[in-house]
Parts: sequence; C-alpha cells; structure tokens
Amino acid sequence: MEKLFPIEQVLSPEGELKKEIDSVISGEKAVAMYKWMVINRIFDRKSVTLQRQGRIGTYAPFEGQEAAQVGSALALQENDWLFPTYRDHAAMMTYGQSMTQVLLYWKGRIEGCVPPEDKHILPPYVPIATQIPHAAGAAWASRMKGEDAAALVYFGDGATSEGDFHEGLNFASVYDAPVVFFCQNNGYAISVPVTKQMKSKTIAQKALAYDIEGVRVDGNDVFAVYMATREALERARKGEGPTLIEAVTYRYGAHTTADDPRKYREQEKEEKLRREKYDPVDRLKRYLVAQGVWDDQKEAALIKEAEEKVQKAVQEMETFRPASVADMFEHIFAEKTWNIEQQQREAVSMEEKPEERELA
Amino acid sequence: MADKLTMVQAIQQAMKVKLQEDDRVILMGEDIGVNGGVFRATDGLLAEFGEQRVIDTPLAESGIIGTAVGMALNGLIPVVEIQFLGFIYPGFEQVVSHVSRIRMRTQGRYHAPMVIRTPYGAGIRGPELHSESVESIFVHIPGVKVVVPSTPYDAKGLLISAIEDPDPVIFLEPTKMYRAEKQEVPEGKYTVPLGQARMVREGEDVTVLAWGTMVPVALQAARKMEQERGWSADVIDLRTLYPFDRETIRQSVEKTGRVVIVHEAHRTGGVGAELISFINDEALFYLKAPIARITGYDVPVPQFSLEDAYMPDVDRVSRGIVDTMQY
Repeated sequence: MEKLFPIEQVLSPEGELKKEIDSVISGEKAVAMYKWMVINRIFDRKSVTLQRQGRIGTYAPFEGQEAAQVGSALALQENDWLFPTYRDHAAMMTYGQSMTQVLLYWKGRIEGCVPPEDKHILPPYVPIATQIPHAAGAAWASRMKGEDAAALVYFGDGATSEGDFHEGLNFASVYDAPVVFFCQNNGYAISVPVTKQMKSKTIAQKALAYDIEGVRVDGNDVFAVYMATREALERARKGEGPTLIEAVTYRYGAHTTADDPRKYREQEKEEKLRREKYDPVDRLKRYLVAQGVWDDQKEAALIKEAEEKVQKAVQEMETFRPASVADMFEHIFAEKTWNIEQQQREAVSMEEKPEERELA
Repeated sequence: MADKLTMVQAIQQAMKVKLQEDDRVILMGEDIGVNGGVFRATDGLLAEFGEQRVIDTPLAESGIIGTAVGMALNGLIPVVEIQFLGFIYPGFEQVVSHVSRIRMRTQGRYHAPMVIRTPYGAGIRGPELHSESVESIFVHIPGVKVVVPSTPYDAKGLLISAIEDPDPVIFLEPTKMYRAEKQEVPEGKYTVPLGQARMVREGEDVTVLAWGTMVPVALQAARKMEQERGWSADVIDLRTLYPFDRETIRQSVEKTGRVVIVHEAHRTGGVGAELISFINDEALFYLKAPIARITGYDVPVPQFSLEDAYMPDVDRVSRGIVDTMQY
C-alpha cells in the first residue's frame, strides 16, 4: 500500500525542489506561504504561553503542522467552505479568521466562533469526525445549486476510526460532492499511535474503498500540500468527485496544554529529530534563501511584524467586552421560547441585583 | 376542497406543498424514493420532484443527519426521514452536538433549519426496537423543537409549520395513528402553529394532558368517565412538546384543579414530570389533588406480545381519573 500511495514530495527537507512548480507557485506565493507559517507559529507559541499564564483556557497547539494547514488553506477560493477541528486555527487564520477571534474562543468566549462576514469558516469542531458529513452536505448543496464552491474539511488520523469518517466519505462519493477530505496524520490521537489506531499502512488507501482519489503527501512540505489540495479542489469543482488527502506530519507539542506527551512517546528525542531534520518552516526558508528571495533582514522584519500582530490580537482579546449573562440566552432559537425568556430574566436579575442571591 | 385522508397521506401532502412552493426544500432518507418510505409517507414524490429533491440516501443515520446539517448551512431546508425513532441513535450525536447548537455557536451567522421526521411509538405489532417513545430525550436538548401530531389535519398543518420554522424540529409521527382514521384535510397550504395545544374536548372537573397515540385513549377515557360518573374533562392535545403551550395548560388547571397526564413513554424522566413541575410552579394552589401520571413503564418497550400491557389504555387512564377525582 505504501507503494500504491507513496508520500508525494515537492520540496525536500533540505529545501531543494524535486518537481517543477513555476506554473503553480510563484515566488511571491512561496513568500506568502512562508509568512503565514511564521506568523502562525509565533501565534501558537504565544497561545501556549498565555495558557501557562492563565490568560486563556486549555489550548490545542499545532506547531509542526503549519505546512499542512497553511498549504491547504491557501488553495481555497473565496466562496469555498472550511470545516476545521480544534487544532486547525492555522488553517482558519490563513483563510481569513482573525487572531483575536481564535484567542477569544480559547478564552472561553463563544463570540470567538463567529467567522468574518465574507468567508465560510465554521467554528472548530470538538467531537471527532462529526464535521466530515457536514462538509459533504455543504459541498453537495453547492453542487445542487449549481455553484462552483467546494468544501475542505480537516481531521486527524484518529478521526478515521469514527463512523462519521466513513459515512461522510461514503455519502460524498455516492453524490460526487465537491469536497476535499484533508487528514493531518500527525502520528498520534492524543496518546494512541497510528499503529494502534489502524492496521492500514496509509490513510490515503482508504479512498480505494469509496472509489475516490486518494493522495498521500509530505505534510511538512507546503508546496506538496498546496499542489495536492489545489488539484483536488479543481477536480471537485469539475464534478469529478471528492479526494482524500493524507498529509503526513507531526505535532511537536502536547495534544492540548492539559496533556503531557512524555507519558506516551520519547518526546525530547523525537521532537529534536523532527525539528532538526523535518521542520516545515525551516525547510521553506532554506529554499527561499537559496532562491535569493529571503535573508536575515527580511526574517527579522517578519518576526517583528508577526509579534506585533499577535500582541495586538492579545490586547484585543483581553480588552474585549466582558461576557454577558444575558447573552447566554441569545441565538438558541431565532425567537426565544418562553422557557428561555423566563430563565434569562431569572439569570439577569441574579446578576443585576446581588441582593437576590442573599437568603431571606 | 377537502379530502378525507389518513395521517400518513396528510404528511405526504405537507411535504408536497413545500416541495412545490420552496426550491430550498429537499427530502432525504432511507427508502424514501422509489419505495416511497417504509410507511409510504413520501409516496409519489420522487416521480414528481426528481432525484435532486427526493433523495434515497445510504443507510446511515449519522450520515443522513450530518449531511443535512451541511446542506442547511448552505441554504437548503432538508426534511429528513429516519425510518424509526428507535434507529435515530447513530444520528443522535449530530442532533445534540450540532443541529441544536450551530445557531448559538455562530451567534446566528449560521443556522440549521431542518425537520427530522420519524415514526415513533408502539401499538402496531412491530418488531423489537420499532416501538420506542423517547421524546423526552429530545425535549431535553436546548435548541430543537419537538412536535407530535395526533390527527391528519394537525399532521399536515404542523409539518408545514415545522418546515417553515427557522429552527430545527424533531417531528414525531405516531405510527399507530398513521392509518387509524381518516379526516377531512384541506388541499393546498395551511398551517397549524407550533407551540399551541389543541383543546380536544372541554369540561369542568379534570384536565387530561396527552399527545400522539395517547390522545384518542385520553379522549375515550374522558367520555367513559362522563357517561359513567358524570365528570367532565378538558382533554388537551399538547401537539408541541417543546416549547409546550403553557397558557392553555395553566388556564385549564386553574379551572379544574385536577390533572391526569398520559404518555406512552417511560415514566421516569418523561415529559410528564416536566409538566408536573410546570403546574407546580404556575398553578400549585389551584390543585385539589396530586397530579396523576399514566405512562409506559420503566422497562424497555416490550416485544409486541406485551405491548398492550405496556401502553396506557382506556382502563388505566380511567383509573387515573377516578383516583384524582376521589382524592
């Protein structure tokens, strides 16, 4: 199966091109990819720090998976649909979600789920694989309406064990829904390694069962990810059905800030090896430097710009209006039911008149 | 023009009206196409509206409800058929985690207007797990409405309202009533509003609350009690279980001071308990007797050799009325 689904690579870990990219990825695009990856990484590190300082809640870091998320999200068009999991905020931000929104979400604010007006970015999905049928349905609806929008749905290796993975791929294949199933195989579902998750040697091979395209790419190679996703989206738009992409990658950190990966893997050793040899950001940087389009000065300017952006978002998150008890009762239904209205009054009066809390 | 229709025919008409009127409405479910649904609720609709609107889906409840969510996000109004309520559980996660929450999670940017129709209840000698009545599970979920018709007229009008409602509706169709009676049902479009109960029979002495299959049982018991004992009853068909019609219930209880609640579902945690709590809050001092609950038992709905003993019948409801009246 590994032979049937070899890991496609465009940019070697040393930063050398293995394929021609000029027709697909301009120099400008390559720099844009790099910028997004660096900004996202700086955001991710800052978020982990904010969690440690108690300024946001539990956080799911994505460091190590920047190429997979940035490369795929940049392949989307304006009117497409993005269905992320709780670890895909790099993809969300690259496609148009604001950093402030993402931070608000992790600060326990539902307002952080709201996407920008002009983009279809769903909130992070928490229950595993449940977004997969949604993407199939949204894509199918686009096709029914004669629109050329496609859907891109993210999930991890663990999600492929869920029923909704199968149901989503099956429905999409039956109806040729224009959807791209994007699996970031980062090797672990929290603590369980892929070898215990499935007997299959690859995730891409699962496409065979649905008679759809299956592609396996080096998820730390932003060019390979971008090209595979772009091609899959084009196929989808042409009515040629869905594609399952397996992006082989690695998360450097914990599943979430509440987890300790040293319990289930040789964390220091593995992380060191991955960072030194396979890092997605460094790989692209080597290429850009060799091309003569990147240097230390540009790097320093980018880092400064990214840090400022992140700092601004942190500030916006921290000065965002406080959560309102009354808001908890909004948007449950288009119009409040009497039950919710009654309970809203009850809760608000508890807030507004602290004396109500005192026992007679 | 009004034809005499069974409930299942009235339900088919409701979907037909909405398919004709609104391009966004689509039907999806198992066997709903050529076969017209296992109860024939979608009979003839594939032929009239085609495969793009009446969709035979793969056999997967989570996949059906999950793809319906995606369609609803993208501007369609799916009317989903789950073959039996007892088979909805693989799709339950989609209902509880997404169908009900997407409006809240996106603060109104997205919502999932859809109807999940499903036959429920015992009384047709069905196989195991074809007779469940677990409405309270859905009543408990914030973000969905729960509707149960008991007549052909109401079924059509309520289903049209449910399809037009901007929020998701769980529409429970009492299997036993599908063909139990024919009633004059107007052609074309009319609506019965959600959230409003129907006063089936008016009386003075006791209030009987019921829905779905239990409405005719409650009505017969009320008639019997009037004939035999001279007690007259308000018989109220709730029709919508969430949000239920508090005014109709409150006014009736204030008038009669005695209440019997009849439901087919298991007793513990049933909707009856919620109604008792509501009456406790709103009309406690009008009560002349404790509220009686006549319900299915806290056992899995038995296979059909015992289903008659499981379901409340006229005698059990009459007994409840007597106990309440003689307290």
